[in-house]
Amino acid sequence: MYRYDEYDQSIVDARVEEFRDQVERRLSGALTEDQFKPLRLMNGLYLQLHAYMLRVAVPYGTLDSRQMRMLGHIARKYDRGYGHFTTRQNIQYNWIKLADAPDILAELATVQMHAIQTSGNCIRNISSDQFAGAAADEVADPRPWAELLRQWSTFHPEFTYLPRKFKIAVIAADEDRAAMRLHDIGIQLLERDGVLGAKIFVGGGMGRTPMIAHEVKDFITADHLMSYLEACLRVYNRYGRRDNIYKARIKILLHEIGVDAYRDQVEAEFAAIRDLGIDPPLAELARITAMFAGPDFASDAPDSVDRSDPDFAVWLDQNVAAHKQPGHAIVTISLKPIGGIPGDASADQIDLMADLAERYGHDELRVTHAQNIVLPHVRKADLYAIWTALRDARLAEANLDLISDIIACPGLDYCSLANARSIPLAQKIGERFAGRQRELGELKLKISGCINACGHHHAGHIGILGVDKKGTENYQLLLGGSGAEDVSLGKITGPGFDEDGVVDAIERVTDRYVALREADERFLDTYRRVGMQPFKEAIYG
Amino acid sequence: MKLLTGNDLSTGDVVWWTGRDWSRHVEDAVDVGGQGEAILRAEEGARRVNVPYLIDAEATEQGPRPAHIKDRIRALGPTVRPDLTLKPADADAGAWVI
Repeated sequence: MYRYDEYDQSIVDARVEEFRDQVERRLSGALTEDQFKPLRLMNGLYLQLHAYMLRVAVPYGTLDSRQMRMLGHIARKYDRGYGHFTTRQNIQYNWIKLADAPDILAELATVQMHAIQTSGNCIRNISSDQFAGAAADEVADPRPWAELLRQWSTFHPEFTYLPRKFKIAVIAADEDRAAMRLHDIGIQLLERDGVLGAKIFVGGGMGRTPMIAHEVKDFITADHLMSYLEACLRVYNRYGRRDNIYKARIKILLHEIGVDAYRDQVEAEFAAIRDLGIDPPLAELARITAMFAGPDFASDAPDSVDRSDPDFAVWLDQNVAAHKQPGHAIVTISLKPIGGIPGDASADQIDLMADLAERYGHDELRVTHAQNIVLPHVRKADLYAIWTALRDARLAEANLDLISDIIACPGLDYCSLANARSIPLAQKIGERFAGRQRELGELKLKISGCINACGHHHAGHIGILGVDKKGTENYQLLLGGSGAEDVSLGKITGPGFDEDGVVDAIERVTDRYVALREADERFLDTYRRVGMQPFKEAIYG
Repeated sequence: MKLLTGNDLSTGDVVWWTGRDWSRHVEDAVDVGGQGEAILRAEEGARRVNVPYLIDAEATEQGPRPAHIKDRIRALGPTVRPDLTLKPADADAGAWVI
């Protein structure tokens, strides 16, 4: 994992002291809320329905057990004993006191963490593949590049006041586990003729105007990746709209001027800056890459697993993925217990996951955009012990990518922007389908409590959007979305439902799917084969 | 009736105007009637409460009930964590929100 050098540490420490002074001035009345709001947002501090909310960055979703324990400590000491892992691979706390915020940031800084780039119109925390460094299908480890992007983007003077927030994902496999093409910029590392480079996608995103990112560059060699990205950002910063917040994202710019015109602008800018020294020296890249060297895997680790415990075998099949190293595996810890709150983990659960990473997982954890936690490097021989510990802590739900593995935003229970609650709906769906979810197979269901789409409803095989209908909660149903390599945007089925009505509608959809599916067809594949109409008939009669 | 609400500057807690001060309990809120804007401006000047705003509410036997579900959730707490609401011992508290 990456370790801060003196420069990293000094800028984070300086930011903590700067914010401490700003908070003191706000509490004394020297700053108005209008003056203070942009300052607190630059430090991840929002004001939500019930209290201040602090969003802490987990760069590219990677952290070690010491950092994970700090997240549990903050939940216990400053919040109400839990945290909420988000679709941006971050964590947020819902009950923060303003006066405590500088102390929290100071404690985070002691373990090389912060809340920078978790809000505001800057380049946000870089997201990546939660299986990075462990997946058998990657051409390179994307984390050194994600770290380089972090260093490039942090406090970048040109890109601190962009027209709107800007999200970047970097992956290095054909299987897209990071919803890469639903980011403002998506980077897929590739190797061609022995040369490492990247395919660049621009203009994706969800929100009120969902769009899939366009391919802007077929292949840029790795030694010019940063300067090419700088050119992409410069063109957006120059032409992105600042007069209308709803038209300010880069996806709107590409939509309005066209991908070819945007590409031409980027190429012209790139030609002007590519030799100005923006790309890092190879020595710096080598320094960063060396920190991501994999652990020393035991070469003689046994490859077989005792499956005699049937509950363990179910979890093994559902939540454990192949590792590039024989005798090892990747474990996804579900934060979606049936009837629970998607993405929430208590301080005790956070500590337990840290303990397991330290004892069995080479001290590494990952946060996924689907609001789960990954232990990327564990020996197969340790899987049963890990599962037993998780089961005792209510963390062993065997539901990865099944209908109860629901992405859900905090919704109207916490969020000041929401129009409807998301979590109660997720709980009801989980309970309704708990007994038959394995029969349904892979079925990704995603819920947003408002049009801002933090719950990724556009990318759900089944998506749900909560809206306000004359003061009451109403839910629209979407079918056919995907955030994976087969990316697509869901389509609305028709008129919306109340809370119970939408759960019933989903059951009618899944019943129709079971009747229509061929062989091992996933729900999404059946939908794509037969179209919307059979499902509309099932829902509305 | 009209209520004045906001979030406490220091704690972030949801608070309600009682006629003389702010309370965490919506039961203590008073109808500000036509005085709402004036009180709001004065309280903004005092800077104890973040972004105070006026809402519609209904007078009931149990006290004021905000007209919109968002403000009822603000008044009680998250419906999915009864233990973290202002009435953790009241099993029916969630029904008041819905």
